[in-house]
Parts: sequence; structure tokens; C-alpha cells
Amino acid sequence: MVHLILFLVFGAVCVAGAVNLLAQRHPINSALSLVVVMGSLAVEYLLLGAEFVAAVQVIVYAGAVMVLFVFVIMLLNAGVEERTKGSRVALLFGVPGMLIGSVLIGWVLIERTGNPMVPAGALPGAPKVIGWLLFHDFLLPFEVTSILVLIAIMGAVVLASHPDTEQKEKEG
Amino acid sequence: MSIGIFIIVSLIKTVLALFVLLTAVAYTVWLERKVVGHMQNRWGPTRVGPFGLLQPLADGVKFLFKEDLTPPHVYKPLYIAAPMIAVAFALTSIAVIPIGNWVTIGSLRIPLQITDVNIGLLIILGVTSLGVYGVALAGWSSNSKYSLLGGLRASAQMISYEVSLGLSLVGVLMLAGSFSLRDIVDAQAGTFWGFIPRWNIFYGGQFFAFFIYLMAAYAETNRIPFDLPEAETELVAGYHTEYSSMKFAMFFMAEYANMITVAAVASLLFLGGWHGPVFGPPLIRALLPVFWFVLRIFVFLFIYIWVRGTLPRFRYDQLMTFGWKFLLPLAIANLVITGLVVAIRS
Repeated sequence: MVHLILFLVFGAVCVAGAVNLLAQRHPINSALSLVVVMGSLAVEYLLLGAEFVAAVQVIVYAGAVMVLFVFVIMLLNAGVEERTKGSRVALLFGVPGMLIGSVLIGWVLIERTGNPMVPAGALPGAPKVIGWLLFHDFLLPFEVTSILVLIAIMGAVVLASHPDTEQKEKEG
Repeated sequence: MSIGIFIIVSLIKTVLALFVLLTAVAYTVWLERKVVGHMQNRWGPTRVGPFGLLQPLADGVKFLFKEDLTPPHVYKPLYIAAPMIAVAFALTSIAVIPIGNWVTIGSLRIPLQITDVNIGLLIILGVTSLGVYGVALAGWSSNSKYSLLGGLRASAQMISYEVSLGLSLVGVLMLAGSFSLRDIVDAQAGTFWGFIPRWNIFYGGQFFAFFIYLMAAYAETNRIPFDLPEAETELVAGYHTEYSSMKFAMFFMAEYANMITVAAVASLLFLGGWHGPVFGPPLIRALLPVFWFVLRIFVFLFIYIWVRGTLPRFRYDQLMTFGWKFLLPLAIANLVITGLVVAIRS
């Protein structure tokens, strides 16, 4: 019972944070709303019995990725955004499309999987189980993903460095 | 244990832990002023109470009664929230730190820890990684160039050193096979070769990991020689330049509470936690482990102050080179070697 109430409360906080993210006009407020979303998502994972995923969510997303977001906003000194009227296409097709899509996904999940609700803690959540899955059952996808990330990092380094200017500095 | 008793016991433990932690924070400041004073051939605080022992109390009263200035150019919501974020996260991590074994009162068996969770170490890492928001937001919301530079330096520095900090702990985790701080300490019980304690720093070969952790932790807590975010000679006071009164005191408390957490984690992970010789009547038997643990924390705090009294500040490029090109490769090498040793042993 307590679990269910907490789950609903943090679900509401999560959605409120996401809405606030769109409504805020200053980038730093939006970034902090995203931190709230990440944090309440972590609590939801915790309530579902996936404590390892919850901890990783906080460490990686709230603690590292979002700190970098805030860092970049601070560094670039991004100002308040201009408010536009929004596009009519998005209002006409986007919002109804999103609503229909989410209802469809929910319906398919409930109808097709057979078990509409999973009791908390029924799915693997302990660090040991996740480690076994990652490094045993899904070893190849895991390693392929790490290589993909490595390539992305190298691409970022190549794009960020200016070989021409560095060459000039060395010569001059 | 019924839920009512559980809540009451947890509340009592939380209040006690907070009280002890905040007192420890106040007296660490006193210790620092006293020790650094003697290192620099001064006396340190002497006026308030014997040996200046009541100085923290006087400082606290002064912080409370000073005028709380809010400069007109700040972004107010975040300016007010930033010190609260910093101090809240600094005090939260105490919740999962065990300070000793179990205590039996009547039929209740209570662990000397607010809560024992099986991901204790991850919680500490997560909470400390969120602490950087306090510093970064303070720097940004103050709308002053010194504060902004301090906040930028702090976030860059803390992200850089968090990597080495996390990697240096993985070796210990592999040896213990658990994230629970209590299990990690229990895995270090006993001795080998008859007299050397089985602490991770000796037995597990985590000697290098210990020093990587120590250096990364100094950087994480913004202490000398890594105190570039508040470098007085260039940035006035860095991220807390625009803060006064209790808001400034909150940043101060956060810094010292973080130092104590770091010292506690270092003693739990590398130096055997509360293990030590236990003897005497039952009461002393029960209290000695806590004493050994507190003694280790004290030694760490003393080293912190010692380093502060000895070393000059790094240059910024030295800071980044040291973190990425020296500490990180060393931490990865330690990880690989420990992994090989664990694999061969099993």
C-alpha cells in the first residue's frame, strides 16, 4: 500500500518535472527540471525492486550527464528563450498522434503480454543478476555497444579539434 | 520488528547521527585552525574556553546573527537553493555508513547504522555526485565573474576526478563481492601470516587503489592542493564569494561533512572499518569497535589538515593532466590486475 502511494506520488512528480521542463523559459531551469525527472524515475525503479538500476540512474544521469548539461549552459551563458506561438502542424497532428500512440502502446502491452501487472521485485534487480545478464547472456551486444560509444567519442574529438590552427600554432 | 518500533528506532538513530555529525563538523573546523596554527608557529584559537574549545559555538552564534545580505544582481531562487542543496546532499550520505557492529537492547538487535542497504556504496557515490549541483548553481546564480569561474572549475574538476574515484573502488568491490558497506567490512576481518590484519590495503593488494582514492577524494572535496574552485588569490572566494551569514556557513558545513564522509568510506573500504583489538568488560567490548572506527576517521582528518598546511595549490592544467593522464590509467591498471588475481584465485 505504502509502495503504491509512493509510486503514484513520484510518478506525478516525474510528469510535473517533464511538463515544467517544456514550460520554463530559462535553459538552466529546464535542465534542473530534467534532473527532477531523472531523480523521480530512480525512485520509481527503487520502488519496483530494481535498486541497482536506480543507483545507476542517479549516478550516471543525474550525477554526470546533467551536470555536464548545466556546465555547458553556464559556460555558454545561455540566456532566456524567446517565446514563439508554436507550429500549427504540431498542434493539429502531433498532440493527437502522441495521445493515440501512447494509448495504443498501453493497450498492446496489456492485451498481448498476458500479465497486466508484475508484482514488485518479481523481475531481476539485484546487482549480481544484472552483472550475470550483462557479462554472460548479453556479452556480445554489450561489447558492441561499447565500441559504438568509443567511435562516437573519437568522432567528437575529431570534430572538436582544429588541426589547421594547431598546426599554425606549432609553426608560429 | 514491528513497523512502529522500526520507525521510532530509525528516527532516534537519524537524530543522533545528525547531531554527532554536525558536532564533528564544528570540531573539525576547530581542529583545522588549531593544527594549521601550530604548523605555522601560531596558537590558533585560544580565547573562547580552554584551548579555544568553545570557538565553534561562538562561530555558530556569529553566523546566525550576522546580516544575511542578498546582492541585487543574483538569480534569487537558485541563489537561495544552492547552499541548501550542497548541505543536504553532504549530510544525506551518513545514512548508509555503518559505525560498528550490532547492539542488543532487550529483544531488539539494532545495527549501528541508520539503514543497511545492499547498494550502500552506490548510494554514497550517487549522493556525492549530486552534491556538485550546490557548488555549480551557487557559482552561476550569483551572477558574478568570480563565482561563475569558481562554479565552472568545480564542476569540471569534480566530473574529472569522479571517474578515477569510482574506478579505484571497483577493486575492493571485486574482493568483497558486495556493494553493502557492512559486507565489505566483514570481508576484512581476521589476520594473515599470524599478525597482519586482513585489511584491503594489505591483503587485497589495494595499496595503489587506496592512494588513488585518497587523491581523487581530495579533489572531490575541493581541498588543498585541489582547491581551485575557491582559490583566494585569484577568485576572492570562488563560488561562495557572494554569500554571507548562514548561507556561507552551509557551504562550510557541506565541505567538512564531505571530508568526514570521505574519511569514513576510506576506513570502511581500505582499512578494515571498525576491526581492531577488543577486550575488557562487556560495555567496553561494545564500544571499542566504534572507537577504532572514529580513530581512523580522526587520522584521515588529521592528514587532510596536514596536507593543507604543507602543499601549495595546483595550476589548472596540472590538475587536469594529473587527473586524466596519471590517476585514470593507474586506476584502470589496478582494476585489470585485481580482476586477474580474483579470477586466478577462484
